[in-house]
Amino acid sequence: MGWTRKILRVDLSNGTCKSEPLNMEWAQQYLGQRGLATKYFVEEVDPKVDPLAPANKLIMATGPLTGTPASTGGRYSVITKGALTGAIACSNSGGYFGAELKFAGWDMVIFEGKSAKPVYLSIEDDKVELRDAAHLWGKTVWQTEEIIKKSHQDPQVRVCSIGRAGENGVMYACIVNDLHRAAGRSGVGTVMGSKNLKAVAVRGTKGAGAIKNPKAFMQAAAAAKKVLVDNAVTGQGLPTFGTQVLMNVINEMGALPTRNHRDVQFESARKISAEAMAEKRPTDGKSHLVTNAACFGCTIACGRISKIDETHFSVVNKPQYWGASGGLEYEAAWALGAANGVGDLEALQYANLICNEDGFDPITFGATVAAAMELYDLGILSKEQIGLEAPFGSAQALVALAEMLVKGEGFGKDLALGSARMCAKYGRPELSMGVKQQEFPAYDSRGIQGMGLAYATSNRGACHLRGYTVASEVLGIPVKTDPLVTEGKADLVKAFQDATSVFDSAGVCVFTTFAWSLADLQPQLDAACDGDWTMEKLTLVGERIWNMERLFNNAAGFTAKDDDLPPRLKTEPAKTGPAKGLVNGIDKMRPEYYKARGWNPEGVPSKETRARLGL
Amino acid sequence: MNITFKLFATLQDYLPAEAKKTNALSLELAETTTVAQIIERFGLPQKLVHLVLIDGAFVPPAERSSRLLRQGETLSIWPPVAGG
Repeated sequence: MGWTRKILRVDLSNGTCKSEPLNMEWAQQYLGQRGLATKYFVEEVDPKVDPLAPANKLIMATGPLTGTPASTGGRYSVITKGALTGAIACSNSGGYFGAELKFAGWDMVIFEGKSAKPVYLSIEDDKVELRDAAHLWGKTVWQTEEIIKKSHQDPQVRVCSIGRAGENGVMYACIVNDLHRAAGRSGVGTVMGSKNLKAVAVRGTKGAGAIKNPKAFMQAAAAAKKVLVDNAVTGQGLPTFGTQVLMNVINEMGALPTRNHRDVQFESARKISAEAMAEKRPTDGKSHLVTNAACFGCTIACGRISKIDETHFSVVNKPQYWGASGGLEYEAAWALGAANGVGDLEALQYANLICNEDGFDPITFGATVAAAMELYDLGILSKEQIGLEAPFGSAQALVALAEMLVKGEGFGKDLALGSARMCAKYGRPELSMGVKQQEFPAYDSRGIQGMGLAYATSNRGACHLRGYTVASEVLGIPVKTDPLVTEGKADLVKAFQDATSVFDSAGVCVFTTFAWSLADLQPQLDAACDGDWTMEKLTLVGERIWNMERLFNNAAGFTAKDDDLPPRLKTEPAKTGPAKGLVNGIDKMRPEYYKARGWNPEGVPSKETRARLGL
Repeated sequence: MNITFKLFATLQDYLPAEAKKTNALSLELAETTTVAQIIERFGLPQKLVHLVLIDGAFVPPAERSSRLLRQGETLSIWPPVAGG
């Protein structure tokens, strides 16, 4: 399909929707999805804007391969200034929503302003309108999707929406589509909620078209699919065990952040691992895991569909949670589990269901609970303040806190701030484990040094999906590097960041990169998209996107001081495992990285770099 | 000497039934046992032996036949896996 060459601009303040031609000059420079939508965003939005002000915009964008037969070609991204971070935000989601938006004939939707009352956007091909959402406000993601499908009398309509978290200003609210896929990080759902935009419902019947060279594209897509099928990771490992297979790997390596990063190994890691999910439970003789699942067009199918133990304390008398549903994925299992010292698989699944149902990021939520548990452990927060006893390891506390967050009650209001603001409120900002006010994901950078640099320099705050050097440092993809050294990591991080920028802008899933290199993606893009898409051009596009995001953050006020890790990771050595005695070497890697990037010592792209990239 | 031997993901099928619940098995070995000899003893397919760790530290493929196991160590092996 390449681009549909059409964007939809929705002015929520005036209630208008209008079609515009896609800027094809920018498409040649920024490809699509993450890159192209960010280009629109930085051209139109003041970097200093308050993320929750009407002047902030929110863009839902597909890539040129979204909706095509390319494997995993169902992705879309949400681009805005993040509520949690105040930095550029780009959250990527799978499922079926992105492909449907493309089938309706739109490359992207730009939301601007703020509606005076709750609304949702209905898209049926070219028929586009804002509709009243008063009856949806206060409803969960799951209820919202069901109500919209019924009212449209079309089960094929695809919906993305915010839950009560997004309505209530939880700073890390998600936008959830297809019940349990989410644009999850940085508070993109919080921005959506601030605009009184409850949901987007889309039905597209135009299908795939406008491929530059259909025959060449089908050949390239088929060849690339064969690479995925023949690869042991994408053909067997991920479909069978999902991302959760990493729980034991990372724990054995001594890089599993535990109890708010006090420890790097979790004694109950196996109890919350992929292996445990596949075992039969003693209570009912059934396994937690029901099946794997795929997003649109995906030939990997890493997703997990599970059924919770109906006798577990969290769901007794709550049959609405007894059905098969999404999770657990590795990041959620870690954040809700090891990060808090909770080794109760069913409790993690319940908390994960609540995250999906009401739309909030399990990584930030879990990490914020971890910080609260440390504050409780230190006596800074009392049982009376929290409303219950909250020691590390308490599954009861995890479950109760998830419910408190959704209801916006009591200590739930503090949890809604995220760990950075919550820890600052109680006078211990250093106990927030994150970068740019966004919490770390599931890799301790004392045991995987490159990830410390990837976290510190990620344009959207701490994140594993901007430069996943775990692939190289742990898994040997594409080549094995030593996770315990800093040497070579600046170039490694840069290479991962730039390549990922291309994949995120193409419309495919970054998990393809466990088997694909840019050389597998390039023939598909070249056959699908107008223009010549060479390896050299794509490499430059990736670097251009990264630097564009950086320049926005610089203009928003971020400096080299923000490319740093919490003191714990720089001064408290890992206690066990291969990294025992090590801290992260961020202060050594950062200047090496700036040099590799062509940035000045303050972390600003030099004039020469900007000129080389056309920025 | 005694070591702990762990197999994960699809490789756990090569463990005795009672060891699958923990993915771990205690092994009594001769002093000169190598990593490669353990892999051979349990009949692990070479193409599935991807990530080999001793006490969490990576053992490159080229060192598997020369790396002697030591008292108290934990040998862990995975097939090709990934996540995110």
